[in-house]
Amino acid sequence: MGQTIIEKIISRNTGKPCVAPGDIVTVSADRVMLDDIMIPFIVDKFQEMGFDRVWDPDKVVLIYDHLVPPSQLDDIRHYKAGDEFAKKYGIRHIHRSDGICHQLMTEAGYVKPGDVVFGTDSHTTTYGCVGACSTGIGYTEMASILGTGSLWVKVPETIKIIIEGTLKEDVMSKDIILRIIGDLGADGATYKSLEFCGSTVEAMSISSRMTMANMAIEAGAKCALFTPDEKTARYCQTELNPFQKSLSGDADAVYCRTLTYRAEEFVRVMACPSQVDKICEVSRLEGTVIDQVFIGSCTNGRLEDLKMAAKVLEGKKVSPYVKLIVTPASRKVYEEAMACGALKTLASAGAIITHPGCGLCCGRTGGILCDGERVVATNNRNFLGRMGTSKVEIYLASPATAAACAAAGKIV
Amino acid sequence: MSVGKIFKFHDDLDTDQIIASQYLLLPTIDEMKVHTFESLEPEFPKEVRPGDFVVGGENFGCGSSREQAPRVLKALGVQAVVAKSFARIFYRNAINIGLPVIVCKELPDAVDSGDEMDLSLTEGTAAAKGHTYPCTKLPPYMQRILNQGGLIASLNKEEV
Repeated sequence: MGQTIIEKIISRNTGKPCVAPGDIVTVSADRVMLDDIMIPFIVDKFQEMGFDRVWDPDKVVLIYDHLVPPSQLDDIRHYKAGDEFAKKYGIRHIHRSDGICHQLMTEAGYVKPGDVVFGTDSHTTTYGCVGACSTGIGYTEMASILGTGSLWVKVPETIKIIIEGTLKEDVMSKDIILRIIGDLGADGATYKSLEFCGSTVEAMSISSRMTMANMAIEAGAKCALFTPDEKTARYCQTELNPFQKSLSGDADAVYCRTLTYRAEEFVRVMACPSQVDKICEVSRLEGTVIDQVFIGSCTNGRLEDLKMAAKVLEGKKVSPYVKLIVTPASRKVYEEAMACGALKTLASAGAIITHPGCGLCCGRTGGILCDGERVVATNNRNFLGRMGTSKVEIYLASPATAAACAAAGKIV
Repeated sequence: MSVGKIFKFHDDLDTDQIIASQYLLLPTIDEMKVHTFESLEPEFPKEVRPGDFVVGGENFGCGSSREQAPRVLKALGVQAVVAKSFARIFYRNAINIGLPVIVCKELPDAVDSGDEMDLSLTEGTAAAKGHTYPCTKLPPYMQRILNQGGLIASLNKEEV
């Protein structure tokens, strides 16, 4: 019987001829990602479990991104905990200010198609953009993997999402994934794997695919997978082996649900306060006055996003009284956006450009808002209190829409 | 297990509401727990008593992977979380730290905050307002981790 992408990855990882949804299996981690928020807690639990060595230090990547640069004294404590742990156990892959973990894991070459990867952040689903099974876990489980190299998982059912055709010019992959989350609901994919296919998906850049894989968790998904292709191989600087080339859903694979879309039918949308599945067409929100715009995050802080924002804001100015905060997803993105002139265009338009990192997305630094304020943001969550007080209204949108709103001072 | 008071929450309750990002860097769970449900029920940490229950709707604990969310509930003495369904990461985290998470489809709509509830894990039932409701039993693998007191206890036991 045919297999879905996730079934192929788990079969290969566990050395079984095939696995079926519902099977509980123990997988070996090809990589793990530890972030700065969770590191002291991971260290505590690792010690409590009594391990005296990390199973394979080369498979461990430690990334400081939420707390870069430190804005509170507690932040520094987390750096120290991470540095000491890395030194003690021989962990060499550490990024102290290179960007957001989910950008770096693929950009810096840590994740390859077909890998099984775990991270201490829910948006670890992002690496599905290159066909990797990756998902978020808690810090106790991470400590356990650091000691054992393995984790039990339940093989998920798969929802197949087919998108065919050509997108309208102003529609980005963010609009697609927001619409899909709206259709599935915030728990519509809980415990399940999403598998994207169709000509629209094939035509997409890796960056656009990242945006969609990143947000799969907002429908509850365990992972979100794209078939690796030539673009993936170039991005990962690898040649696809036969296993990696086989990572598409078989014609006779079993799916628990199939959704089919025409690309031409997608329009610009926003997720309205304060649920990610509360989707509304931008045309129905037009005129809503805003106080701030945020363009950045592991969802939409890549070069194509910044270029799109620059294209929209070329020759324009950010509306008076509106703050536009732009945060490149990584140092590499920052440098490329500088080299191509996108940052200059954005700065000339009046943007506040910050260092690469999670920035405003997790509400810790750089642009938090207060009661009654309204922000249009390109990140992945609009939960109450996410970017300041619980009386801030967060609208999630694509970089193109966000940039247009910044110039207009209202939703357009 | 024994009788406790219910604190009821809505569908799609996200982990940011259980414990907000700005408190995740406090050095200990005890320092964090006084901020539990701060945006929704600021009095919760003062009012909840050991043995009380949190009752949710669908998709309880969605959002972030923060394990601090089930940990603050456990630290405040919450006996179990009973909901119609749970988000995946919250569910795993709760089992791993030894906080029972019980799927019960009917009870959440039938109760309100302040009602009393009696939970029997062995029977797989929850009782409130004179009715007894069936709960979904945990898969054996997870039940074993929970019985042993969480993942750390379970791992240490395997090593012995």
